[in-house]
Amino acid sequence: MHLYTLTSADGHVESYTDRKRYWWMLSLVNPLIPLLGVGGHLFSANELWLVVPLLLMFVLGPLFDWLFGEDENNPPEVLVPQLEDDRYYRILTYLTVPLHYITFLCVAVWVGTQSLSWWGFLTLTVAVGFADGFAINTGHELGHKRTKIETWLAKIVLAVPAYGHFWIEHNRGHHRDVATPQDPASARMGESIYKFARREIPGAFHRAWMIEHERLCRKGVPVWSLHNEVLQSYLITIVLQVGLIAAFGWIMLPFLLVHNFFSWWVLTSANYIEHYGLLRATQADGKFERCQPHHSWNANHKYSNLLLFHLQRHSDHHANPTRRYQSLRHFEDLPSLPSGYYGMYIIAYFPSLWFKMLDPRLLALPHINGDLSKINIDPDAKQHIYAKYGE
Amino acid sequence: MLSMASKFRCPGCGYVYDEAQGDDHEGYPPGFAFAELPEGFVCPDCSVRYKEDFLQDDPA
Repeated sequence: MHLYTLTSADGHVESYTDRKRYWWMLSLVNPLIPLLGVGGHLFSANELWLVVPLLLMFVLGPLFDWLFGEDENNPPEVLVPQLEDDRYYRILTYLTVPLHYITFLCVAVWVGTQSLSWWGFLTLTVAVGFADGFAINTGHELGHKRTKIETWLAKIVLAVPAYGHFWIEHNRGHHRDVATPQDPASARMGESIYKFARREIPGAFHRAWMIEHERLCRKGVPVWSLHNEVLQSYLITIVLQVGLIAAFGWIMLPFLLVHNFFSWWVLTSANYIEHYGLLRATQADGKFERCQPHHSWNANHKYSNLLLFHLQRHSDHHANPTRRYQSLRHFEDLPSLPSGYYGMYIIAYFPSLWFKMLDPRLLALPHINGDLSKINIDPDAKQHIYAKYGE
Repeated sequence: MLSMASKFRCPGCGYVYDEAQGDDHEGYPPGFAFAELPEGFVCPDCSVRYKEDFLQDDPA
């Protein structure tokens, strides 16, 4: 196991071993999960195997999070530069990019060449949609970095879930507006995920396009050109998806529509739970206060964090967006979720259960302490929430 | 103008706006003054810090 050490001027030696170092390889397993279904079906000729990937994600995922528990370990701050320079961690993010392509194409070939039952087709397509939704997570980690190779890999991997505008939308839009009522990617208290999705999906696209439009106008280059960083990624998507239709015929159309929808839905689900109800205060000058760690929900669960490049240590990410995944920190007294994202996704899909579990947690946060004026509330739910929780 | 050029640093992530260089990707040409950046300017790298948070680097 690699040991990081630093001797300070007064002779004090600080050392750190990342106990999760090799466990991070689990992030390479995540994109491959749908292939387990395809492989099982191939060797056993039993279509029930196609259901396995979804079970692995949404039954085994929450179960493992519960079983393996949480991790509150942080690297010492003085060793973070060494940890960030360690190329091993970077290589793992690079490798997930081709893995997402391999899984997507293998499943497409399987769907395009086998006569699957309707439920086999649907479960496998939904599973690969979810797996490729997590390609947005890879694109997220890569897209926040400053090196050319990482930003390009972000655009390349975002072509698989057909979400090319994410890079701009997330970095330049969501991070700027996070935890404010004007952010389409921050959910409001009392807003169900189904209502949120109708605001988030079009709102995110519109914001990305406006930001890129403004940048290209400043540069004096045409918006409809290869300079457009939204279109660059979508161009790869078009080649990929039109190519599949040409190769395997119209069966690819429902496959791609369902796949793309569920990939987008993964992001919608993450956005929904990451900032639910949290609100940045308005300063005297009318601007929102800077994003603080208590403006994001966190999960410290080991298993799902290893699969998702520490995405769930979301507070540190929003306060320090360029920090690499291996050095994101846990902080005490932050908004924390009872399970990792896999479990929270399922809860979010049942709005009454979600409200029942999360609303009291939100109100109990130390910086809110029952004060409804410090919460980002859905205007349509305001009356009901004030009647229920108001003094 | 360029001889007067200054550098402004994001206190959060360390991004530097160098007036002599501008920021080609963002569409600000070399020599574009920091003061002329739009009011709503946020750090192009982290999007956490606003224009008024930026600190001027001491001239070397």
